[in-house]
Amino acid sequence: MDLASILTIEILGSVAVLVLISIGLAVVFGMMKVINMAHGEFLMIGGYVAIYAKNWAGLNFWVSSLVVAPLCVGLLGLALEWLVVRHLYGRMIDTMLATWGISLALIGAMTMLVGNTTTGISTPLSSVTIGAYSVSGYGIYLICLALAIFVLLYGLFRFTAFGLQARATTQNADMVAALGGNPRRIYSMTFALGAALGGLGGAALAPITGVIPTIGATYIAKAFITVISGGGAVIAGNLSASLLFGTVGQVFTYLYTPVIGEVALLVAAVVLIRILPKGITGRFFRRSI
Amino acid sequence: MKINRRQTLGLLGSTAVLACPNILSAQEGPINVSALYDLSGGLDVYGAPIVDTLKFAVAEQNRNGGLLGREIELKVFDPQSNMQLYAQFGRQTVLADKPAVVFGGITSSSREVLRPIMRQFNTLYFYANQYEGGVCDRNMFATGVTPGQTVEKLVDYSTKTFGKKVYIVAADYNYGQITANWVRKFTADQGGEVLAVEFFPLDVTDFKTAISKIQQAKPDYVWSALVGGAHISFYRQWQAAGMHRQIPLSSTTFAGGNEHVILTPEECNGFMVCQNYLQEIDTPQNAAFVSAFHKMYGADYPYITELGVGAYQGFKLWAKGVEQAGTTDRMPVIEALETGVSVDGPSGRVQIDPQTHHTIMDVHIARVQDGGLVPVETFSQARPVDTAMSCDLIANPADTTQYVIEL
Repeated sequence: MDLASILTIEILGSVAVLVLISIGLAVVFGMMKVINMAHGEFLMIGGYVAIYAKNWAGLNFWVSSLVVAPLCVGLLGLALEWLVVRHLYGRMIDTMLATWGISLALIGAMTMLVGNTTTGISTPLSSVTIGAYSVSGYGIYLICLALAIFVLLYGLFRFTAFGLQARATTQNADMVAALGGNPRRIYSMTFALGAALGGLGGAALAPITGVIPTIGATYIAKAFITVISGGGAVIAGNLSASLLFGTVGQVFTYLYTPVIGEVALLVAAVVLIRILPKGITGRFFRRSI
Repeated sequence: MKINRRQTLGLLGSTAVLACPNILSAQEGPINVSALYDLSGGLDVYGAPIVDTLKFAVAEQNRNGGLLGREIELKVFDPQSNMQLYAQFGRQTVLADKPAVVFGGITSSSREVLRPIMRQFNTLYFYANQYEGGVCDRNMFATGVTPGQTVEKLVDYSTKTFGKKVYIVAADYNYGQITANWVRKFTADQGGEVLAVEFFPLDVTDFKTAISKIQQAKPDYVWSALVGGAHISFYRQWQAAGMHRQIPLSSTTFAGGNEHVILTPEECNGFMVCQNYLQEIDTPQNAAFVSAFHKMYGADYPYITELGVGAYQGFKLWAKGVEQAGTTDRMPVIEALETGVSVDGPSGRVQIDPQTHHTIMDVHIARVQDGGLVPVETFSQARPVDTAMSCDLIANPADTTQYVIEL
């Protein structure tokens, strides 16, 4: 029984990690149909901001990871959207190329600034004992954080004026403009939101993985797989894909090794995309957000 | 045409000078020594301290008049924890710099990249790291400790102190795999039991499943042969899961990259390690070494690592071999070293074992305590018994095999 609850927590932990790395990408892809290749670097910079805000500026870890990191990366996203991305809307391949360039530039810039070396901080929160086992309290915090992100995003898209306009812009930007909305502004806000969520995710994962300028590359593949398999609906798609892949990966990791777990996750993704080319929400939960 | 004696001599002399400008300049110029160590990427935790001690060793040698009256020039390359760059820089330096000796390689995979290149270009190679043992190659000298010197002692100690059941977590490449087999063998020799062995690629940072599996198996202690910056996450997550106070941990890789300084005392106090060098060793040689080192790098230098001192002592052995041979040419230096050259290094006496080209030296079991390593037990002049089981370079000088343990 203890083991079952431990396993459940670990599966939910893997799901939470997938959510944290991919939700920002899902927002940008789902709302704007922009494939942001620099998303991994948004995560990386979020991690660095959190660590340096704690170690240099002496801020509390919770403030630096929940406020400072998303804020900084959100502003960076706003700037990059204004400088590069907004000129390329509707040109998917060009956007991919441009954001890939941004990704390489950000890796290079961070390597020059901090060096190609792993920086880490101690994991906050003490352990939680369940029967004969104990798990990291921080792992449980990550699950709660992922859940909170879903709730807040749902509230934002469902109940605010911005959310309504953003969803309308996704369906028909010209009609929004005709009705007095400003799609330009909506797009830039959405991109900044996606970047901020990336920064938040990267900061939250920093105590577990440490940060190195090239760490984005280890995140980006999984983030893309989750987003593409999830399909068009941001929240329902991301939640369902993360649940599926997190469970598959973690169960195989537990039964065999971490390497087999990764392979199982990728195989599951290939099979899923073959059966459901438009992702999970291309067939199920089609009317959800 | 008539040529007198004076003209003949002048002609011969000038021809000789014209014909051998290379020899002349080579004799006058500095002796090149190349170093290839990862100064960036996941293995920089090991590489940076090694290059620091090598620079220190070269500076010390030059201050004392160099070698054979010539300056030594250290050429440092950073292969960025990338095996391809090891091959590229290895070839580049032996061809362009013609070094008298190459120091290089941290992981066993990088050593196996460099070793054939050094043989191909007839360049003497020093591998100064602790590793899994068994490399039998007359062109290479291994000045680090091997499992027969450290793993065996630490397994004995852990089995007696903590108990017979061990759970092994190891890096997934030749070093981790072979070292895990040595732990299996020595545990079996002690009548102990290996509950499970789990391997992790060098870029794995998520260990929560491994930690629950360990909790489920309930070992008496955990053996870690984890390697590199990413694997430091294991120790953080071990503490975060509250396991650090419950199950002891022994390792011959921990502290090699100053993990005990990077992590907080709460995360690693009490881990057991076994090394050739500890900064705490209480001898006049070590005190002099540490104070000279701190003079060069500042007293706030983190901790002088075993790997760094391995390279320092390797350099000293090579320099002694060169002095004894009277030349930097490869074969005479190898033959001089094979007479069983020894130096009194910071870790004590270090002697070349002619049969294996490994070294005989002291090893210490130590406990991690507040950013330092407290010696617990010392074994004087341990021999590389593991490699000696299968390697005999006196009988088979042409051998180039790496012998690995068969279970």
